[in-house]
Amino acid sequence: MKVKLRFFASWREIVGEEEIEWSLGDSQNVEGLVTELIAKYPRLIGTALNSLVMVNRRYTDRQATLRSGDEVAFIPPVGGG
Amino acid sequence: MIIRITDQPIDVQELIAEVSNESNGGIVAFLGVVRRWNDSPNGSPREVYWLEYEAYREAAEEIMREIAQQIEEKWAITSIAIAHRIGHLEIGEAAVGIAVGAPHRVEAFDACEYAIDTLKATAPIWKKEAWERDHQTGQSWVENKAPL
Repeated sequence: MKVKLRFFASWREIVGEEEIEWSLGDSQNVEGLVTELIAKYPRLIGTALNSLVMVNRRYTDRQATLRSGDEVAFIPPVGGG
Repeated sequence: MIIRITDQPIDVQELIAEVSNESNGGIVAFLGVVRRWNDSPNGSPREVYWLEYEAYREAAEEIMREIAQQIEEKWAITSIAIAHRIGHLEIGEAAVGIAVGAPHRVEAFDACEYAIDTLKATAPIWKKEAWERDHQTGQSWVENKAPL
């Protein structure tokens, strides 16, 4: 199952990409996806702890189940305005 | 209604014109502007050289539309314009502009304050600050504080 990942700010700098397609391993939900990403990019650990997650442009909790084609974005503490 | 993320300078006159009509006796406009001094994480001020704004554009515009919707539900106000700039900003430039028009000023002030507070707390927009303090320079992502 593939999902689209969007990275911004600190996440974008650590991953080095704005957007990637990600094949989910055994994970079915956001929490599992975050764990998979930390395994590949260990420097995400700190920022992953205090970031929120959006699925298809809506804030969601980490237990949310992912579906093929979902757009998942990681939202570190915001600084707009 | 204007709801916009843009890399162009914010034109406050355009926002005001958007919310002006014969029913509105109170127009409130807010500009959030890049200032020279900002607190460092330990609380002491440091000098700011520039800010770089970045947005999750589609989601930020959606949140801004939701804010407009909430304002309509709370105050029955539909004259709203919200623009947020992204990219490189120098001291004195406006990062965000909001204009609200209402029959009377009290609702216009309240709705405008609600709009900027909610935007700052929820819109997926980030800023990187280039700073100097005690002859040290750096660039850091700056997180909004909770409103007082």
